[in-house]
Amino acid sequence: MSGRPATAAPGHEQPAPASAERRRVWRALRGNALAMTGLLIIAFFAFLAVFGPYLAPYSPTEPDLDHILQPPGGAHLLGTDDTGMDILSRVLFGARIDFLSALLIVAVSMALGTAIGTVAGWLGGFWDDVLMRMTDMFLAFPSLILAMAIAAVLKPSLTNALLAISVTYWPVYARLARGQILSLKEREFVEAARAVGLGGARIVLRHVLPNAFAPVLIQATLDMGAVLLIAAGLSFIGFGAQPPTPEWGRMVSDGRSYLQTQWWISTFPAIAILLLALGFNFLGDALRDLFDPRSGR
Amino acid sequence: MSLVTYILRRLLLMVLVLFGVTLVTFTLTHVVPVNPVLALVGDRAPQDVVDRVYHELGLDKPLPVQYVLYVRGLLHGELGVSIADQRPVAEDLARYLPATIELSTAAILVAILVGIPTGIVSAVYRNRWPDHLARVFALGGVSLPVFYTALLGLAIFYVALGWLPGPGQLSPYVTPPPRVTGMVVVDALLTGRWKAFWDGLYHLIMPATVLGWSSAGIIARMVRSSLLEVLNTDYVRTAWAKGLSGRAVVLRHALRNALIPTVTVIGLTYGSLLQGAVLTETIFAWPGVGRYATLSVISIDVPAVLGVTLVAALIYSFVNLVVDIVYAYLDPRIRYR
Repeated sequence: MSGRPATAAPGHEQPAPASAERRRVWRALRGNALAMTGLLIIAFFAFLAVFGPYLAPYSPTEPDLDHILQPPGGAHLLGTDDTGMDILSRVLFGARIDFLSALLIVAVSMALGTAIGTVAGWLGGFWDDVLMRMTDMFLAFPSLILAMAIAAVLKPSLTNALLAISVTYWPVYARLARGQILSLKEREFVEAARAVGLGGARIVLRHVLPNAFAPVLIQATLDMGAVLLIAAGLSFIGFGAQPPTPEWGRMVSDGRSYLQTQWWISTFPAIAILLLALGFNFLGDALRDLFDPRSGR
Repeated sequence: MSLVTYILRRLLLMVLVLFGVTLVTFTLTHVVPVNPVLALVGDRAPQDVVDRVYHELGLDKPLPVQYVLYVRGLLHGELGVSIADQRPVAEDLARYLPATIELSTAAILVAILVGIPTGIVSAVYRNRWPDHLARVFALGGVSLPVFYTALLGLAIFYVALGWLPGPGQLSPYVTPPPRVTGMVVVDALLTGRWKAFWDGLYHLIMPATVLGWSSAGIIARMVRSSLLEVLNTDYVRTAWAKGLSGRAVVLRHALRNALIPTVTVIGLTYGSLLQGAVLTETIFAWPGVGRYATLSVISIDVPAVLGVTLVAALIYSFVNLVVDIVYAYLDPRIRYR
């Protein structure tokens, strides 16, 4: 986020300055238990994504056939799987893979979608029609199913899974950004910027877009949870990360036939998925409430 | 704009979108690294056979011509032949789709039965502990990885406790009802096979609950926010002023209007249950399109996968259309936007 426009012409009318708005949101968030819980969970997993690999006591991918199917406790805090790999180490490494995957998908979709939506909204007319019909076209696919088709046509791999999910998520942002641009386009501060002779690209990038960002970011927070589940699900059915990659969905799948007797193999990665998704959904839900004029604050 | 013009306009738009959808699937068939001819005849077939099949499939024609032929085939209901079972994909889909529709419908019923009351509790006790509890319950459902809940449900309620039946649509000792719609429970009901009816219903409980819980949260969320909005309006205040009881105000006056936006969400959720079906049908050995899709991807059966993709997009668009029309009917303001 580039923050508020830096060069304001004299008498240039701004909507509430971004920094004041940010302070207001932060104050409201701090008092919201749901949001703070979500934020804490996300921060915890962000920490694991960065430092997890250094904290992991064992290699996440090297089998240790002398210590297979160890129950949690002792040398293996969360137990080991059927090839003796340490579950704790795999979950820690997985934090990086899963968190980063979700982040990447949402970032790519957000960038692509916002760009397309902005161009459509700003130019209007013919280009608006063409770009929005294209958006509708991709919106017609359930994302997991198109992702599966892409995985079938290309080769199942984590990279292809990320690509496939991104392809299905950008239309949401395109629609959102377009709506924002359409309403901002008519505001006085845009007219003022035009009056002082600023070019279209500059007005959009420095004046309009920063003001369109809040709803896009809320959508991104909510999508992080959903995308995390889809990416893990795709790996669970075998079309994402391939073994022995320590990806959480894949790990749940690896332990599925042991659930009766060695429950820990599937359960710990599943808890990790649940917690991180919960974190994003808590924060996203609280943010949406905060910005939703209908919830009657 | 009258409702009829609105529906016609939306139908036209849908046709346009579906054209786009075929463009996407057509492109996908052409980036396949697998040679479709060799996949059919095997890589040791003599060259003249390869050439003939190449010609028969129309692969020697220019791309735009191939696209036209492809769309023409689709309009005749031809989705190609599955590489794995050598049967027309359209036939396969017709066979597997009813099971998925049955499961999704049961799941959406669970989601509605759980989601609406949860949303009402949330709104009525706004920001007090029942609201917090309801929200955590709803958001928890949305955050659950369904593939794990499905496994866990089977491990606990089937294997450990024996309260619910295992995978499949019917117990092995129950004779399946004759096929009418392809939905086991509905067919059993239509043909009066009571044993199969109850057994089928019993088998639906777990998959429908697992899938439904994740959607219940989305519905609860919508009921909460729209009910809160309605509770703030003048006519609800009037109802309070008339001295009506809380139950009458909320259930009879406010809920009715709050349910309008909820209808939209229920429709959209119903469409997206297809994805949950993909993740859980294999676990529950449910003979639906989700399992068919998964198996097809594993065997790199591209015609089958693209058939599923196309039909999924069709269903998805159709459900969206129906939702928009119902919404426009319930709330005439929407048409004037």
